This record gives sequence, structure tokens and C-alpha cells, in this order.
Amino acid sequence: MIQHSNQSVNSQTDDIKPPLTSIGVIGWIKSNLFNGTFNSVLTLLTLFFLWKILPPLIRWIFVDSLWTSTAVECRSVDGACWSIISANYRFILFGFFPHELQWRPLLAMILLIGLLLISRNRRFWKRLLFFAWVAGLFCMAVLMKGGMLGLAPVESTQWGGLPLTFLLAVFGLTAAYPLGILLALGRRSKMPAIKTLSIIYIEMIRGVPLVSLLFMSAVIFPLFLPEGITINKILRAQVAIILFTAAYIAEVVRGGLQGIARGQYEAAESLGLNYVQTMRLIILPQALKIVIPPSVSILISAFKDTSLVVIIGLYDILKTTQTTLANPSWMGFSTEAFFFLACIYFICCYTMSNYSRKLEKELGTSS
Amino acid sequence: MNTPPATAMNLPESREVIDIIDMHKWYGDFHVLRGINLTIRKGERIVICGPSGSGKSTLIRCINRLEEHQRGKIIVDGTELTSDIKNIEKIRAEVGMVFQHFNLFPHLTILENLTLGPIWVRKIPRVEAEKTAMYYLEKVHIAEQARKFPGQLSGGQQQRVAIARSLCMKPNIMLFDEPTSALDPEMVKEVLDVMISLAKDGMTMIVVSHEMGFAKSVAHRVLFMDFGQIVEANTPEAFFDNPQNERTKLFLSQILH
Amino acid sequence: MDNSLPSTKESENSIPFWHDPAKRAVVYQLATLAVVGLIGYYLFSNTVTNLHRQSIATGFHFLEKEASFEIGESLIRYSAASNYARALLVGILNTLKVAFVGIVLTILLGTFVGIARLSSNWLVSRLAAAYIEIFQDIPILLQLIFWYAVFYDSLPAPRNALEPIPGMFLCNRGLAFGVPEPHPAYRYIAIAFLLGCVGVYFLRKWARKRQDRTGLSFPVFSTGSAIILGLPLVIWLVLGAPTAMDMPRLSGFNFTGGLTVSPEFTALLLGLVLYTAAFVAEIVRSGIQAVSKGQTEAAMSLGLKPWQTLNLVILPQSLRIIVPPLTSQMLNLTKNSSLAVAIGFPDFVSVANTTINQTGQAIEGVALIMVVYLIFSLITSAFMNWYNKKIALIER
Repeated sequence: MIQHSNQSVNSQTDDIKPPLTSIGVIGWIKSNLFNGTFNSVLTLLTLFFLWKILPPLIRWIFVDSLWTSTAVECRSVDGACWSIISANYRFILFGFFPHELQWRPLLAMILLIGLLLISRNRRFWKRLLFFAWVAGLFCMAVLMKGGMLGLAPVESTQWGGLPLTFLLAVFGLTAAYPLGILLALGRRSKMPAIKTLSIIYIEMIRGVPLVSLLFMSAVIFPLFLPEGITINKILRAQVAIILFTAAYIAEVVRGGLQGIARGQYEAAESLGLNYVQTMRLIILPQALKIVIPPSVSILISAFKDTSLVVIIGLYDILKTTQTTLANPSWMGFSTEAFFFLACIYFICCYTMSNYSRKLEKELGTSS
Repeated sequence: MNTPPATAMNLPESREVIDIIDMHKWYGDFHVLRGINLTIRKGERIVICGPSGSGKSTLIRCINRLEEHQRGKIIVDGTELTSDIKNIEKIRAEVGMVFQHFNLFPHLTILENLTLGPIWVRKIPRVEAEKTAMYYLEKVHIAEQARKFPGQLSGGQQQRVAIARSLCMKPNIMLFDEPTSALDPEMVKEVLDVMISLAKDGMTMIVVSHEMGFAKSVAHRVLFMDFGQIVEANTPEAFFDNPQNERTKLFLSQILH
Repeated sequence: MDNSLPSTKESENSIPFWHDPAKRAVVYQLATLAVVGLIGYYLFSNTVTNLHRQSIATGFHFLEKEASFEIGESLIRYSAASNYARALLVGILNTLKVAFVGIVLTILLGTFVGIARLSSNWLVSRLAAAYIEIFQDIPILLQLIFWYAVFYDSLPAPRNALEPIPGMFLCNRGLAFGVPEPHPAYRYIAIAFLLGCVGVYFLRKWARKRQDRTGLSFPVFSTGSAIILGLPLVIWLVLGAPTAMDMPRLSGFNFTGGLTVSPEFTALLLGLVLYTAAFVAEIVRSGIQAVSKGQTEAAMSLGLKPWQTLNLVILPQSLRIIVPPLTSQMLNLTKNSSLAVAIGFPDFVSVANTTINQTGQAIEGVALIMVVYLIFSLITSAFMNWYNKKIALIER
């Protein structure tokens, strides 16, 4: 490689500085905000627009607002009524879970968030993490359901709020993944029957809205079962979400499989590995690395899509919020309540998408 | 040092086509070109070499305003290069550029790549533009690929097309930014051969390259740049056989191993 | 010659059945089909038993029965006495109405925000980035319900309606604005507009031929715009310049006259457009960025002006990258319009839901929903395949 020599540069030119208007703060402002007539006009228009909107908004959110008052006091004030949150947050966040036992879903969520945060750091991606997840998911199920280790049992009909949202999203993605991988392999298979079945499934599910699958889970699944056997509503919705997500995962995994060079398959074949070994040891590990960023994207979508269970009457955070607003004393403060809800969703989704971007960069440069 | 007398280069006394006077350029605080002084005559062929980051690509990109200089003057064929858009357009029509990564337009056929400039900039009727295009395609030995798309050609073929594309605009000066660096070794010769035939036709050429064989055979001057300055400039024989500056000697020892 | 090696035919016969990949494949497929078939049969027989037990009818005869429910807004004539088939048709038309208007607005807004995101103006590009990030990360259903609640909780009653623009009223019964009163001139204006479009098409062809012949370029854009806008204007003037507008007037508890857009439709449209435009903006942005800088530099080095570079070099390449994911987003918008059921806009899913509730025939109802959306998906896929084939870059 060509090296720079160590001799010093001709010092004559060291003292000359770039023109003042092109460096420092002034330089930045000039090149980013006032770069030519068009941009200058644009900057001024935007600043005017912001000046018109921001002060009244900030006044409404912070200055004139009440944070911990009663509903009656709220109505007499112009500003935002955040008391609707402070008075009802336990119901909004936990639904109908028995009041004194709400430490359990809280603990379950902390456990889940903890596992997710640990998984962010790629250094921890080892066997141990996998088992930690399995154990963690089991603990969460126990905390929610109860009935063992001295914890009082809680019917799944009483599960609600944020834990339900996380549950549906995380279990949905986790259970959908194996199914999605099978479908992707099936679609790429050379056996016509299996290939056709996979294609039919994937295209059908991807072509219909999630709402229709949720309707199916609510009214048609019970018809599929023999008399006397019932499955609770949450489980049915979970199955619908799993079936739905699996189709999208299948397409993403298929993309990953297509990204593996043919040479890998050929090398495995010449070593004498059979199909299952090739997939398990060589192909899938590489493919799954490629598909992690789009998988996080699917997780974000699944998280947002759990809000749809409102339509079939399950009490996720959206429905608990709507129920709170149906209360006559708190009626009318929907903007504040939905704003709070939007913040929760935004924080969760933004964190996940930020992570996915960071991951894409890392994996892009390392591979 | 930067303007040896014409007689020393076997060139008839010809006019100056490029005049760069005390040119400086900064990227933010980074002083990438420090006081460049360079005069180039019509018909002259210059090869610029130097380590990466020395500013050689930036220098030639300043000549057709792909980069802006902050201080000093650049005068091309009598027109000074300023922010005035009319001057810039005038200069760009006279100066052709060949890029390291070819930059052919993938959605157009080879023929359309070549006729785009003449039709839309010089307002030449299509039939005449196509005739000129076929002429230059013949010159670079690639006429049979006229109806194909860039994606169907090899790297060497694409670069030859890129040279033909610039030639269709009938420029006075041709700039080459590391034209063979992105090519597989077996394709470098076909591109260099085209450049040599261009030199034989008397084109004024400024070439940023490490192809020292090419420099020795056609260049009038070889310039060595380091840290944004022209450190040494001389005829190829003097440059390679008797480098004056320590840094030049170091660079040459690293690339001629 | 050495004949000790068995011929291939002999060796085929001596391979055990189980080791032959071709035969194994057949076995696997038969096994899969058998399993799928058995599960299917099991579900099917359970369903039949359960339907029978609950005395739910089967078949599509319900479509001829009287619907006996009202639908809030409809593009065609409908009353509670119409049959279910007509009700479902109303639903489909409403879905198409929302989808069509939504797609147009989304493409406009998304392109604008995508280009703003690439602006060299820091303020503008940061605001665009904020918009994209915020509206992508909030669930679409929440956005729909939010806008719907804004209508009911924050907007005043008709008698106190907001008037952002004179003649346009915003209240909790919807958005009311004036429309031009019917006048024969409008028919001719419409014809003039269509003629203008056709004329501009031929103008372009002529200008292209002329340029090929002589090299001179003709200002097609400015002339064309003048024709498309000017011709209808001239007709309007000639036919008496009618300006009578049918404005909304407050009468009783609501507005009459003009055109009123319901809160449900407005909330649905607003939510869908703002949400999908955020995704479209990203698609447009990455499509434009994907065209390498070198293309712009090569074009500029040839002397092409900025608008020529955009038209001839950048846009053709960008559109190839933008159109496929854009089409997916348009399909997503159509699928998301099914959430109208949550805010009471009578789209197809909403109407089908009511039908299911009244007739109890859930399987037929859900099947209808799926079939209709599958048809939308198939049309979209067909379009995308056609487009991809047509503009694919030819490579070795």
C-alpha cells in the first residue's frame, strides 16, 4: 500500500485559513439553512410556520395543563388534562388484572424488556442466551397465569393492557418463526406438492387483511373444534397472529435463503451432508443472520398490529384506553389519552427500529 | 517547475488551455489542495500520480466544477471558472471526463448513452448524432455493441464506451480519473490502447493514474502530488530515472516493486 | 474390455427403494398431502356438525334476503329494503372510494415528504425525518381512532362550526364545502380538458420527431400546461363564465347544500394517508438515493442542465426502484382500509361484519372478505409483474 511520507508539509501553506463563511457555526448555518435563495426562503417559511404552531402547543401540553387533579377540575381548564392518565394508568396498563396482584404482570414485562435489552448486545448471542429466553418466557407465563409456586391463578380473560400487547407480539413472532422457516423451505422445495401448498398458504395470508383473520379466529375457530372443547379468546387471537406473521416471515427467510451463494449448497453436498444437515448446519445459520434486520421490522409490525385485537373485543392497551374514555367523568379527553398511548407505542417502536438500523449497519460491514 | 518550456517537450509553441493560479480548496477545515499552480498547453498530455488522499482526483474534478475551489483562479480556454452557471456550462461542454467507475447510464443503450449529450446539449439532430456516435464507437473498437445495454458489457468494454461518450461532445480537453483502477488486469490494456490512440490524435489529456507504462509512452509531463501540493513535475524520463524530491523517491519505490 | 462394472440399468434396480431421492420425494409429498387432507377433513366434519347443532344455514342464499340495516354513506342507491348482495356492493364501492382517493393523496404527500427529506436545507429535512419516524411508529388503528375522536370530542357543533376558509365548514358532523352548481358549461369544460390531454400527447410526439430531425427542442412542458389549463379556461369564458356555487348553509341542526364529507370518511382518509405517506416517503427517498452520485456527475460532465439530468438520467432509474415497493404500499393502504370497521365507516369489511352478525353465517362472510381482498392482491401482483418485466434493466 502507498504510504504517506513522514516529512512535514510545506509550512508556507499552513497559515492560510479557509474563508470565514465556510467553517464553524456560521459556515454550518450558511451551508445548511441559507444555501441559495430557494433554501433561504424555505428556512424562513418553516421558521414562521413553527413559530405559529409550537408556542400554543407547548402552552396546551405543559403550561395550562393539569397533571393530578379530578375530572371536574380538568374541565374548567383550557390546557391538557393529564390527570386522566394519572388517575387511570393502572387500568390502562394492566386491564382487568386483579389490583393487588398487578406486580406480577409488571415483573413479567420487566423480565421481557430485560431479555430484549440483553439481546441487543451481540456479544451475548450464545447458547446461554437461547436458554435464558426459554426460561424467561416460561417464567412470564407462570407470572401471568399463576396456579403454581403459590401464585393465585388468574384467568386469561382478565389479562389485558400492555402485558397483553407484549405477549401477543413476542409469542406471536417466536411461534411464527419455525412455521415461517418451514414455509420458506417448502416454497423453495423442488417437490411440486409441497411447493404448491406453501405458495397457496403464503400468498393467501399475505393477500388478506389481519382483521379478516382475527374475525376468523373469533367466530370460525370455535366451529372447527369438536363439541365441548373451547379455547379462550386470547389463544385464538394469538393463533391468528401466528398464522399471519408466519407468512411474512416466510418471505423474509426466503429472501435470506436466496442470498446464500450456490457454492455453499454445493460445498455441503460434496461433503456428503444430507438435506436436513445442510440446512441446519450451513444454510440456515447464514441466512438467519441476513434476515435479522427485516425480522425486527416484522416484530415492530406485529407489535403495532396487536392493537387490532380491539376489534374482536380483547383488552389490549387501546381498548383499556377506550374503556377509560367511555367513563362519563373522563369523557372528552381523548386527545390526551391517545397522545399518551401514542407515546408508549412510539417509544417501543422507535427503540426497536433504531436497533434494527444499528444492526443492519453492523452486520453489513462485518459480513 | 510547473511550466517547462515548450521546446523541452517537443511541442510546437501552442496556446495555454488550462491555467490554474494559486488554487486552494478546503473540505470544512481540511486543506485538501494547497496552492496549486499549473499551466497546460493545447495538445499536452499530463499524468498525475501520488498516494491516495493527495488531492489528485479533487484537482481534476475542480477543473470541470464537480468540486468547487474556494481561493485562486482556474481559467479554461479563456473562460474563468466561477459560480456563474453560464461559464460552468461553457467549460463543461469543452471538457470531457472519464470516471473510474465508468458511470454509463444503465437504462439506455450504448448508442443512446453516446447521443444523449449531443442531442440535448448541442442540439444536434438525431441522425447526425448517431452517425458521430457510430464513428467513435468504431474508433474504440466496439461498434457491434451499439444496441446493447451497459449491463451486458465487460468492464473494459464499458470504459471504452465511456471514452467514446465523452468524445462525442467533441471536447478540447479530456480528463481521466483513474480510468483503469476498477478494471480486471486483462482489460487494462484495451483501455490504455484507446487512450494512446487518442493521444496520437493530438488530444489534450490530463490523466490521474498509476499506469507508469502509459506515462512513459505518451506523457509530456508527469506530476507527483502529495498532501495537496504538486511536489515534483518533470518529463517522464527525468521523473522516473532521476526523481529530485525525497517524497517522490519514496512513492516510486513503493509502486515500482 | 473390462466388463466388471455393472451397467447403470442393473445398478438402478439394485438401489433399495428408500435410498432413491426421486421415490423419496414422492413419498414425502404423499405423506404431506395425506396429513393436510386429514386435518382438513377433521376440521370440516367438526364444522358441519357444529353448524348443524347451532342451526346455522350454509350457502350463499342469504345474499338475496333483505338486509334490513341502513348504511351511512353510499355511492349507489341503497335502503334497508335492498338485499345483502347490494349492501355488500355498497361496501365494496366505499372501499374503492377510500382506496382511490387515499392512493392519490398518499403518493402526492409521500413524494413531497420524501424529496423534502433529501433537501439540503437542514430544517426541512429534519422535519421531514421527524414526520416519517413518528407516523411510522404509531399503529394505524390508533391514528384512525385518534382522528375520529378529534371529530367528536374537539370539533364544535354545526352552529359553532369552524370556518378555516370562507365557505368551508368544519364541525363534528363533517367537512362541508361548496361545489359549483350544475351548469351545461361544465360538460364542455370537461370535454375541453380531455381534448387538451389528447392534444398534448400528440404535441409531445410531434416535438420529439422535430427534435430528432432538426435538433431543436420544443418547450413541451410549458406549452402543454398552457393547453391543458388554458383550453378549459377559454371554454369557460366563452360560455358565460358561470360562477354560481352551491354553498353549504346552516339549516336547523346541520348543513344543507354543497358537499359534506362525513367524519368517518375524513378520519379514515386522514389516518390512512398520513400513515402510508410516511412509508412512501422512505421509498421515494431511497429510490432517489439509490441512483449513484456518479450518474449525476457523468450527466453534468456532459453538460446536461439539472432538469435534464433529472428527467433523462435520475428519474428513469429511480422509478424502477420506487414502483414495486410503492405498489405494495398501495395494496397495504387498501388492506388497512378494512380497519374502517372500528370507526363506523361502512367499508366492505364493516358491511360484511354486520351481515355476519345478522345472518350468523360467519364462514361465508369471512370467505367473502378474503376473496375480495385476494382479488385486490392479485390485480396488484399482476400489475407489478407486468411493470417489472417491462422496465427490467437488461444485464448479462
